[in-house]
Amino acid sequence: MTAPGIEDLLRGLTPQVLGTLVRKYGRFEGCEDAVQEAVLAAAVQWPSEGVPDNPRGWLVTVASRRLVDQVRSDRARRERESATAAAEVVPEEVPDTDDTLLLLFLCCHPALTAASQTALTLRAVGGLTTAEIARAFLVPEATMAARISRAKQRIRAAGSAFAAPAGAEREERLRVVLHVLYLIFNEGYTASSGSELDRPDLAREAIRLTRSVYAQLPGDGEVAGLLALILLTHARRAARTTAAGDLVPLDEQDRTAWDRELIDEGTALVKAALAGPELGPYLVQAAIAATHADAPTAADTDWRQVYGLYLVLERIAPNPVVTLNRAVALAEAEGPRAGLDLLATLDTDARMAGHHRLLSVRAHLLERDGDRAGAYEHYRRAARGTASLAEQRYLEGRAARLRPS
Amino acid sequence: MKFLISLHINPAVLDALTDEEKAAIGAGHGTFIEELKESGELILTQALVDPSQAAVVKVRNGQPVVTDGPFLEAKEFLGGFYLVDCEDKERAIELAARIPDTRIEGLGVEVRQVMFSDGNLEA
Repeated sequence: MTAPGIEDLLRGLTPQVLGTLVRKYGRFEGCEDAVQEAVLAAAVQWPSEGVPDNPRGWLVTVASRRLVDQVRSDRARRERESATAAAEVVPEEVPDTDDTLLLLFLCCHPALTAASQTALTLRAVGGLTTAEIARAFLVPEATMAARISRAKQRIRAAGSAFAAPAGAEREERLRVVLHVLYLIFNEGYTASSGSELDRPDLAREAIRLTRSVYAQLPGDGEVAGLLALILLTHARRAARTTAAGDLVPLDEQDRTAWDRELIDEGTALVKAALAGPELGPYLVQAAIAATHADAPTAADTDWRQVYGLYLVLERIAPNPVVTLNRAVALAEAEGPRAGLDLLATLDTDARMAGHHRLLSVRAHLLERDGDRAGAYEHYRRAARGTASLAEQRYLEGRAARLRPS
Repeated sequence: MKFLISLHINPAVLDALTDEEKAAIGAGHGTFIEELKESGELILTQALVDPSQAAVVKVRNGQPVVTDGPFLEAKEFLGGFYLVDCEDKERAIELAARIPDTRIEGLGVEVRQVMFSDGNLEA
């Protein structure tokens, strides 16, 4: 098996092995460290010595030994064993259960910040090493190690059991899990391309993890909605930046470069989920993405439908950014003036007033309305407000075309 | 999200402090660094030498021209910084408020989000 193949195998096995250990020994904190060590050992040994017949059993056995060693704090014994681990391992029989969801519930504990939930999820469920997670977020490994260790202490202090929360709490926790997966995807999707080939692909990891949640909860409309949303967004990845890393807006993207297979899968998920009883924010956003994916050219976009979907989204999940997007759809359907009028309602919203996204949308609509000076000014202000270098370059480029002579 | 918390010091203000007050500032920074390390939010912190030791570098007609002293004619100078990675701007402000300098009139603590990073983070 190739090294990337082994990496995929290990990432997929991590939550299963961790689940088995936690069921057997409790002590999530210690088990998580032990599994990470076993995975690191496998990543070193398997490419040269071959993948064992029962890789999951191998990992459970090695991780269990590490855990026992940890408990005994017997340093000499640990060093002796790690040298001979591969030769001695007799894989144990492991029950075939998938604890991915339980582990996600634990890692997305409400006592943690989103940054900690994300880091712990990537390590304990995603099977990434601390070094890989640190690289993905461009922080030193020691910083990430401290963050993960603090997160596990918090979970222990909160006295969380390895069991799914019940009733309304379960629903709530599942929303947090989906939000964390969405954040991981976004982190990967917005990371600029080019010089970062050694960074793990977080968008791909988020898709993999969301697929495993969907496999366990195929009837949940929001799980299907999130999976569809990230597949449909990911489908545009090749078209959303130029070779130089500059952003390409949706209406200028080369739609033949969109990934048809992902679009078909995402669209099918949306159609099936829309027939279900619930209509949550991820599903509506996925339906919007599917509407865009359905248009062979930007001019063919069904903006009335997009507008209607944003109206629904605004009702079930009110948020000024949704209103902003609804204004874009309205401008496409009825002209820039209608969009600008709707934007005006956001000026009094403290969350949006002066926000670079509001400035940027207004700049686009003013440009379409023929107000070159106003558009120029708003592009410039939006460029100053953004924290994204790619977005800043894009906005400055738009402004440059309108510079008063 | 990464933020630079920059510490703008005024040597005259620092000179006017008592030894106890200076020691308290040092201890406050020590505690702050330990807390940041433990929470997994510290990337890097550095303190700079006195602005009188600065060299200002210009290149004119292809030749470097180096002069002593700080670039800005100001009372306050960059004294050091904390580079942190935290949840959001609110958290960065919450962290900045723990820095002892914020309690002293004439010293400035500024929070700004980082827009681009590169370098050896493994160090």
